[in-house]
Amino acid sequence: MPALFLLIPLLGVIIINLPGRKIGNRMAVWAALAVAIIQIGMAVTSGSMVWQGLAQVVSLPFGASLQIDLFTAVVLATTGLIAAMSLILDKNAENPRSLYFGSLVLVTMMGMNGVVMVRDIFSLYVFLEITAVASFVLISINKERDPLEGAFKYFVMSAVATVLILAAIAILLLTVGSVGFKAVADNLSAGGVSPQVIVALILFIAGLSIKAGLIPFHAWLPDAYSSAPPAVSMLLAGIITKVTGVYTIMRLITDVFSISSIMKTAFMVLGAVSIVIGALAAMRQDDFKRMLAYSSISQVGYIILSAGLGTPLGFAAALLHFFNHATFKSLLFVNAAAVESRSGTRQMSRLGGLASKMPITGGTSVVGFLSTAGVPPLSGFWSKLLIVIALWQAGAYFYAVVAVLASILTLAYFLIMQRRVFFGKLREGLESIREAGAAAVVPSLILAGITVLVGLLFPLVLLLMQSQGLI
Amino acid sequence: MNFITFFFIDAILMLFIVGFYCLVVSRNLIRVLIAVEVLTKAVTLMLILAGSLTNQTALAQAFVITLIIIEVVVIAIAAGVVIGVYEHNGTLDTQRLRNLKG
Amino acid sequence: MLDSSMNVWMVILLSLLLLSAVFAVMIRDLLKAAIALAAVSVVLTVIMFLLGSPLAAVFELSVCAGLITAIFISAISLTKPGTQEELAAKRRLRLKRFIYLPILLVLIGVGLWLAWPSLKLDIAAVGTGAGLSVQQVLWDARSLDILGQIIIILAGVFGVVVLFRGRKAR
Repeated sequence: MPALFLLIPLLGVIIINLPGRKIGNRMAVWAALAVAIIQIGMAVTSGSMVWQGLAQVVSLPFGASLQIDLFTAVVLATTGLIAAMSLILDKNAENPRSLYFGSLVLVTMMGMNGVVMVRDIFSLYVFLEITAVASFVLISINKERDPLEGAFKYFVMSAVATVLILAAIAILLLTVGSVGFKAVADNLSAGGVSPQVIVALILFIAGLSIKAGLIPFHAWLPDAYSSAPPAVSMLLAGIITKVTGVYTIMRLITDVFSISSIMKTAFMVLGAVSIVIGALAAMRQDDFKRMLAYSSISQVGYIILSAGLGTPLGFAAALLHFFNHATFKSLLFVNAAAVESRSGTRQMSRLGGLASKMPITGGTSVVGFLSTAGVPPLSGFWSKLLIVIALWQAGAYFYAVVAVLASILTLAYFLIMQRRVFFGKLREGLESIREAGAAAVVPSLILAGITVLVGLLFPLVLLLMQSQGLI
Repeated sequence: MNFITFFFIDAILMLFIVGFYCLVVSRNLIRVLIAVEVLTKAVTLMLILAGSLTNQTALAQAFVITLIIIEVVVIAIAAGVVIGVYEHNGTLDTQRLRNLKG
Repeated sequence: MLDSSMNVWMVILLSLLLLSAVFAVMIRDLLKAAIALAAVSVVLTVIMFLLGSPLAAVFELSVCAGLITAIFISAISLTKPGTQEELAAKRRLRLKRFIYLPILLVLIGVGLWLAWPSLKLDIAAVGTGAGLSVQQVLWDARSLDILGQIIIILAGVFGVVVLFRGRKAR
């Protein structure tokens, strides 16, 4: 069954680009959307008996090299969800390049699905590169000046990350003799670890931290996020960097170096620094999307901090925050896109009072930022609460305090944003503004709905997690 | 460690220094691509050397073939992006990339 | 891995590799830099061949020395450097920035040379890929990477179509 997550999007790309038959741009996006929805369905049911039965009847290729567990399934479902929202949003832009957009989103999905399912460091590199290449093209798809420069910065940082990861692979090949997750983990737990392996792991983590945009490695991220076309920056912020950087780090923590305490400390420091610096930098931004980008760095810090703890509760909290962050940050990016397309600017100093003109966008972004800041009863509150509890239980009191204080900071910068963009007096020249079109309103309502529902039905989510043995 | 292995490691390290130095110092977009290429050569040599030392050249070759395919695609896309930037700015100077502040 | 009669050749080849890499980085003319980069690939091909990786060497020669050089040359010819005066001004700045590279390399080379006796390399006793042929490894154990190659080529095709089609001259 895992192979289907690669083969169905591949089939989708082929169908969209069938020669001879003219499939309109609109159809391309619909077809890609269908694939994304199928992926959500498959990911949600991936644990069920149907697939196990099917696996006994038909044997699909790559059975041994691809694996799905609960963590993978959650990420696969999130990927499908955000990709679907991004495809809907793109219809907003009246993009004549929708044919390529649909295909490239599918290629990105294949890359990310590969990243989450492989259990081998070299294949991980291959799929990371697929995702990266598709992202460069997606960012610069309109061939405008700023996106091209953003894409180039992303390319340089990504190339450095790639070189570090490949160097780590070579060292592991030399020292361990194999590049499977399990082989490396066995070598680490066997004791008497070679210093070369430590060097390799440090290189690997540095590479992935660049991809995740953690604080000392974040230089490319705000540029790429803010310059990309709306649907692409949502895809980048909501899922691509989360899968290529954050998921991979979490996967390595659980599967490869579960025992190394130095590594855990390193991750927790990286996470805490990202939380604080990201939040402080977000306060100073005037550009709507840049503020969201720095906020994203800060929220990723929470995930890494919690996962770096290494306890089961910490991991469960990180996983929950991963999903929540993907939904509410995408929601905010959708709203940023709606505001930009209606007002023609991203500068918050030139906006104001939009809530009266764009009630849905204004309302859903209140949901989004309250959830990001961790205000009950929204989804973000519960995952942050779990993170703080996990930190407290493990005796990491300092980090717990940092996490709580930083969420006050988060509330502060989002309140500033909300006041400058949506509340207060309507700015001159914005009188004729209308609510965004359906292409922006639909995804923002869906994502806001998920944020509220996960928050309100949290006891059910907790029960689900308990039944899966997560907590 | 015998002499020749040492010399290999020395050369690989030097290639990394050349690549990273150029990446940091260069102000020409195409030169940045060249720096990335030099770094990729260094890791290619590393993989082949690791395969040779551990007596699994087949695995190392399989890795390097995949790596080369990926390398050429990445460089082609990056060259496309560089040409696009040039068409907008009329220059390859990275100092002119001031539209976006880091 | 190597008999000692080849040591001399290896030292020469590695020095050549390093030298052409330094050239690729330091030469002012981009076209010559691209050719120096191709030279790096060619030398690397020979080294790979001597290390017992002929198949990968062929790929390195045809794709890296051939195709990538072609990409570089077309990128260079599609972009023009600035005017003569600008270039002259840049030349001095360039020299200033790159002059430290050879010094750095010599210093690190000497340092490594001194550290050599104390360096230790841990090598895996037995690897998973020992005793297999490239075909076996690539098509059986690493078949997923082949699928990955197909997907990335697909991504590359879309990228080239998006980035190169409908270029407008400015």
